[in-house]
Amino acid sequence: MMRNSIVVRSTIAVACLAMVCTGCFGGDRSSRALVQNKGSDTLVNVAQAWAENYHSLNPNVGVAVSGGGSGTGFAALINDTVDIANASRDITIEEQEKIRKANGVEALEHTVAIDAVVFFVHASNPLDSISFEQLACIYAEGGTCKQWGDIGTEVPGCSGQEIIRVSRQSNSGTYAFVREEVLGKEIDFKLGSRDLSGSKDVVDLVGTTPCAIGYSGLGYGTDEVKALCIARKTGAACVTPTLATAEDGTYALARPLFMYTLGEPQGAVAAYLEWIKSPAGQKIVSDNGFVPLS
Amino acid sequence: MSTAVEHHRFSATPVTEKSHRRQSAAKAFLGVSTALLLVPLAAIIGLLLTHGWSAITAEFLLDAPTAGMTAGGIYPAIIGTLWLIAVSLGVAAPIGIMAGIYLNEYAPDNWITRIINLAIVNLAGVPSIVHALFGVGAFVLFLGLGTNILSASLTLAVMTLPVIIASTKEALASVPLAFRHASWALGASRWQTIWNIVLPNSVSGILTGVILQVSRAAGETAPIMFTGAAFYLPFLPQSVQDQCMALSMHLFTVSTQVPNVPEAFPYATALVLLTLVITFNFLSISLRTYLRARRKW
Amino acid sequence: MTDTTSGTPQGQVSIARRISALAEPLIELLIRICGFSAIFFVFGIFFFVFSSGAEFMLHRLEFGEFLTSPEWYPTSVTNKRYGTLALMAGTLSVTSLAMFIAVPFGLGTAVFISEFCEGPFKEGLKITVEFLAAIPSVVWGFIGLAIMNPAIIKTFDAPIGLNVLNGGIILGLMSVPIIVSIGEDALKAVPDTYREASLALGATKWQTVYKVLFPAARSGLLAAVLLGVGRAIGETIAVLMATGHAVQIPSGPLDSVRTLTATIAAELGETAQGGDHYQALFAIGVLLFIFTFAVNLTADLLVRGIRNK
Repeated sequence: MMRNSIVVRSTIAVACLAMVCTGCFGGDRSSRALVQNKGSDTLVNVAQAWAENYHSLNPNVGVAVSGGGSGTGFAALINDTVDIANASRDITIEEQEKIRKANGVEALEHTVAIDAVVFFVHASNPLDSISFEQLACIYAEGGTCKQWGDIGTEVPGCSGQEIIRVSRQSNSGTYAFVREEVLGKEIDFKLGSRDLSGSKDVVDLVGTTPCAIGYSGLGYGTDEVKALCIARKTGAACVTPTLATAEDGTYALARPLFMYTLGEPQGAVAAYLEWIKSPAGQKIVSDNGFVPLS
Repeated sequence: MSTAVEHHRFSATPVTEKSHRRQSAAKAFLGVSTALLLVPLAAIIGLLLTHGWSAITAEFLLDAPTAGMTAGGIYPAIIGTLWLIAVSLGVAAPIGIMAGIYLNEYAPDNWITRIINLAIVNLAGVPSIVHALFGVGAFVLFLGLGTNILSASLTLAVMTLPVIIASTKEALASVPLAFRHASWALGASRWQTIWNIVLPNSVSGILTGVILQVSRAAGETAPIMFTGAAFYLPFLPQSVQDQCMALSMHLFTVSTQVPNVPEAFPYATALVLLTLVITFNFLSISLRTYLRARRKW
Repeated sequence: MTDTTSGTPQGQVSIARRISALAEPLIELLIRICGFSAIFFVFGIFFFVFSSGAEFMLHRLEFGEFLTSPEWYPTSVTNKRYGTLALMAGTLSVTSLAMFIAVPFGLGTAVFISEFCEGPFKEGLKITVEFLAAIPSVVWGFIGLAIMNPAIIKTFDAPIGLNVLNGGIILGLMSVPIIVSIGEDALKAVPDTYREASLALGATKWQTVYKVLFPAARSGLLAAVLLGVGRAIGETIAVLMATGHAVQIPSGPLDSVRTLTATIAAELGETAQGGDHYQALFAIGVLLFIFTFAVNLTADLLVRGIRNK
């Protein structure tokens, strides 16, 4: 029993030591400012890149980045637990109401980047361009296009020529945007599409599935997928999504990405937002495949 | 086949021969199916090693992620996971052990106790996402703790409670009643008996349960996703009121949300997480075996 | 306890005894409170999950549609629909496939370990099964995503590898350890006298197993399977990563589905807190809680049944 208690005591001692030591790392905290940044998953990678770069320029300011979705960001804004909320959609009237009720101020919207929503197909898919009507035929509730033959293509390596629709989960800002622009706001997506929860997920899936078509952000493209040239009407000239065409508005599916603050930002938060909108911050936007503000 | 002259030896009849053949077949079949079960375990470890080993370097283990999480390392995630383990078990272990003591030493055999036991079994079966919903509703919002290590750890603590209670009960039950009787006969009170006699003799079982739950706390993702784990943090957590990164969360985000990550990275992260979990499991099992061997009854 | 210690100053002894006399009831009170904590947490979970969605559930949710409609359109602009039938079909299909794999393997291994193994080999096998149980669900999900996805596409010439089959296999492997350990406990609980009597009558070990032990341990084995089912229903992250996320009723194992758990995990972040969609997700949480509660209650009653025999 003596050795019993020695074993027990040493285990407890090691555990305590471990707990204490995890607090030893990290350095002096007193002079640091921490900006809390939460929200959209579309923005999370750029937000992280901004945070990392800004921290190397200003070691005393740290930005903590979390994803979780645009809704999480707004929820945190309501509870005043976050300094900046990232969003890939507009704030809803209900959310604005709640923020006003809880905090006495309204949420202020800052446009920080522009995103081009791109429809990708597998690299081996011979299809090059597609129109809004064809997309609606594939994706919309009541749409009749189920095989690649219905669009007029044949995809090598695709068994059964079945169109595998890849989409986002139903309350993603990206999903709402595509519904509004491509399908028509009143029409819903057809059920049965693979509704993935990340922009990268979509591209990964399309890249490994010859039968697939999916939509994601311009910055998420890889060599395994091809971005489709989009035409508003069948037969009309199509526009290929690039940084240029998104910036000048010729590409149909460009949308702004936002950061929201409670009222006017102050201090470190204001400086951070300034930097994001500056050329240095916008360079990071284009490095990550989004479209910088002009 | 035996004649009356020879010793009477049991010789197989066709019926028994068939039964024996059936048994050998069954035994072989069961053995193969058990082995087949172990194939996935070996395959997983093998695949993780082959794909991920190349990324395991000192930098990977000791650096923070850089270049948009596509380079650097996973150090903050490791530290975050250690924080979560320490705080969640720091809360769950005392409560769970005391609950186990109550159930085995004090509780009368009535309907209330039955309900408590039922509650424990049900708590063990609650889906992890429902735990997450509870964590958000109770700790983040209702108690106003916010999203940080404290909320996440409390959520994890509620998840790990049932197993700690169950293993404490079992460990205490394995101490012979005679020990308690002897102690009571000498005039010790109930608590004195527990503290001086029963607990020291059941420490192995209790510790086994607690250490086993370390793996659970380290591996869960859903409960910490909405209550305290962050995608990226520039500083390491300094107190329980900070957020943290975590290995499980990191594996999830790196394999589903971050583009252009080198192929080996998620495999390496999974490997580190798996190693952590299996090490604690191994520790728990060794402790159990060692202390059981030393038991004198 | 009488004051019989001699040779010790009276004052010291009584102080120590006074402290312990005070402390002991306090400690015992603390223990009692902790003992009730499990009930407190279970009810707490149900209460918080229910109340977070209560307003929507009680006033606006149409339960008929909720339980029988396959159309899940919580964010539609013109036509919000909250039907969870497709999601329940997703959970059901993945869980069924998982049990199809886990039950034979799990029970088979339980029998093998319990009846046909001895000594260190037995311990070794049990430890390996424990390791299988320790693998975190996110690692399983990652395996489904990175390894099984391409494997399924190649082997079955399927258009996509994230489907019921992928999720089912992974969930099956995750549920096996529970079935093995509880099944083994159930078999161990059958008194040795049964085995000895059977063998004495000339039965082989295998005959003993399926003619004597299975019927005797029937409830415990069923409880093991039920707990495995509970595990499979409740799994979140692994199915989130491996089942392909399509809101549809699957027509075969190669179809993608979405489970109840994955729906909550995927959509909770993007909803406006307190909004209808948010509360609808909590309603799904209540549904899940009820399912797993029912499964666990049944399993518990079964186990209690054998104990009372």
